[in-house]
Parts: sequence; structure tokens; C-alpha cells
Amino acid sequence: MAIHCNPLLHQFILQLADNALVLGHRISEWCGHGPVLEQDIALANIALDHIGQARMYYQLAASFEDGATEDSYPYQRDVRGFRNLLLLEMENKDFGYTLTRSFFYDQFHYLLLEAIIQSDHKALKEIASQAIKEVRYHCRYSSDWMKRLGDGTEESHQRVQKAVDAFYMYTGEFFMPSAADEYMAAEFNINIESIKEKWLENIQAVLQESTLAMPQDTWFQKGGKTGVHTEKLGFLLAELQYIQRAYPNMNW
Amino acid sequence: MNDWPLWEVFIRSKAGLHHRHVGSLHASDEAMALENARDVYCRRMEGVSIWIVKSEEIVANNPENSEALFDPAENKIYRHPTFYDLPDNLKHM
Repeated sequence: MAIHCNPLLHQFILQLADNALVLGHRISEWCGHGPVLEQDIALANIALDHIGQARMYYQLAASFEDGATEDSYPYQRDVRGFRNLLLLEMENKDFGYTLTRSFFYDQFHYLLLEAIIQSDHKALKEIASQAIKEVRYHCRYSSDWMKRLGDGTEESHQRVQKAVDAFYMYTGEFFMPSAADEYMAAEFNINIESIKEKWLENIQAVLQESTLAMPQDTWFQKGGKTGVHTEKLGFLLAELQYIQRAYPNMNW
Repeated sequence: MNDWPLWEVFIRSKAGLHHRHVGSLHASDEAMALENARDVYCRRMEGVSIWIVKSEEIVANNPENSEALFDPAENKIYRHPTFYDLPDNLKHM
């Protein structure tokens, strides 16, 4: 189907949308399983924030493509079509892993939205200005919990440190520009490489306060932005897309 | 987590109104209690301000004393300001 904007801009929008959808879906898996009622609700709220943001980006993407709706992208693409970061498709495992995944991403997400707000792309700026209020709270929530778990009991410390060590290698991808990222840097002044230093600084500050060790520099995983995913995303999509695949175009 | 203390939550629904008790929740400390209150009780634009108080800090009367505390007021209707003749041009009383 024909796309009425630069295909790289379209891809960039889908990167943002898929990040929001996949992380939102993962967090929503906690619904009804939270460690306490209050946190169950908090996680569900945050999941819905992400899904809401995903919808705004998908609607924008659909406005540039003939015959597409906001539902076409989440429900009708295969794994290879998704552009989300690998970190976000990682499984929840436990509360420590879930919060660490959010912590690494939230800190990046906030800086990315700031960059978009200062950029030259009007429609994206509008979405980012709305989203950043939610993301400010996400940052507070996840870094707060890093401190509670890291500086909590011996067990919580060990478990969250394990999550930090395991997930760190998925964070390098944040700052490895895809063709779409390069295009956005050149045309609209959204430069993901330029926020890396600030991200590292913020991460280090919170980890230090949490009495957690910053992982050693490592080899970084990549592939999400070009559609090369881990096997985990396939299972996530199988659940997410099942109804639309079994009964195409059905409505509730 | 089972030993997290209980907190009472008070929400002001808009500026100028007073805070009203809306319910309670569990949290390990006051910072978490505030955030939990935001997540549990302010999801649908219910409020503009939150107060939280540790439930155990609330001093309440013993229900067994209700008779002594409240019943004596029952037959003292002269305590209501309803026995004054109001001038006709006085409104909003």
C-alpha cells in the first residue's frame, strides 16, 4: 500500500509505536498478578499509558498510508515487521526484572521525548508533549523501585542486580541509529546518539543510590529496529493477534 | 509485604473544597503511600490534592461510649439556630 510520507519517517513512527505497544503489553501481563493490590493497579495504569501512546503513533502512521487503520499495524504484521527495541519484548520473570526493564527504558524514553519536543516535526511534537507527562511518572515509579529493591533486603538486592546485569546488554541498541533514526536526525533534529551520555549519567546516579553495581561495558545485542527479534516477541504476538488472525476484521 | 502498615487517604476533588476520606491502602512508607494513593484513588481525575495519614495515628472514640457522647444532644433543639425571626431581605441563611 502506498505511503504518503518519507518511508523512513513512517518507520520511525512505527519504532515509537511498537516500543509503546510491546512494553505496554508486557506490563499488562501483570494485571491480576501484582505483588499487592496497589502495585497491581499501578502497573495496569502504566501499561495503559503505553497502549494509549501506541494508539496515537499508530493513528499518525495510518494517516500516511492508504487503507491502513491504527489496528493494521499491531494486528496484521508478522514478527519481522515490528520495529521495537529488543529489551521491551523480554519477559516479566519477576518484579525485579520487570522494573529493571522499565527503568532502563523509561530513562531513555524521557530523553527521547524531550528531543522530539525540541525537534522540527509538528505531529510528533504534539504526541510527545502529551506523553512526556506520563513518562515523567514512569521514571519516578521505576527509579523509586530500583532504590527500594536495590537498597532493600539481601534477596531483593541480589535479584534486582541479576536483572540489571542480564538486561544491560539490550540497552546499547537504544543509541544505535537505524536508517530511520539517521533520517530523523538529519531532517528533524531528533538525534538519539546525543542523549546517550545523559542517559548513562542518570542510570549511574540511580544505580549508585540503589547500592547496585553498574554493569561492565559489554557486547550489545541489536536487531529490534530492523525487525530481527528474539523468539519471545513471536509468543507475545501470538497472544496479542490471535483473535484477529482467527477471525479477520471481527469487532467486539 | 503483609506487614506494610495501613494508611487512610483523603482527596480534595477540586480547589476550594475540603479533603474527604476516600478509603485506605497498604504501603511501606509515606512516599509509597502517596504514590499508591495516586494510582488507586486518582485514576479518573478524582482529585487535585492528596493527604495520607497512618491509620494507627487516627484517634477514634470507643463505640461503647456512644451513649454518653452523643445522646445528650438529642433533646436540646435550642442549640439549633432556628428560633430567630429573620428579616425578609436577608437571603442565603
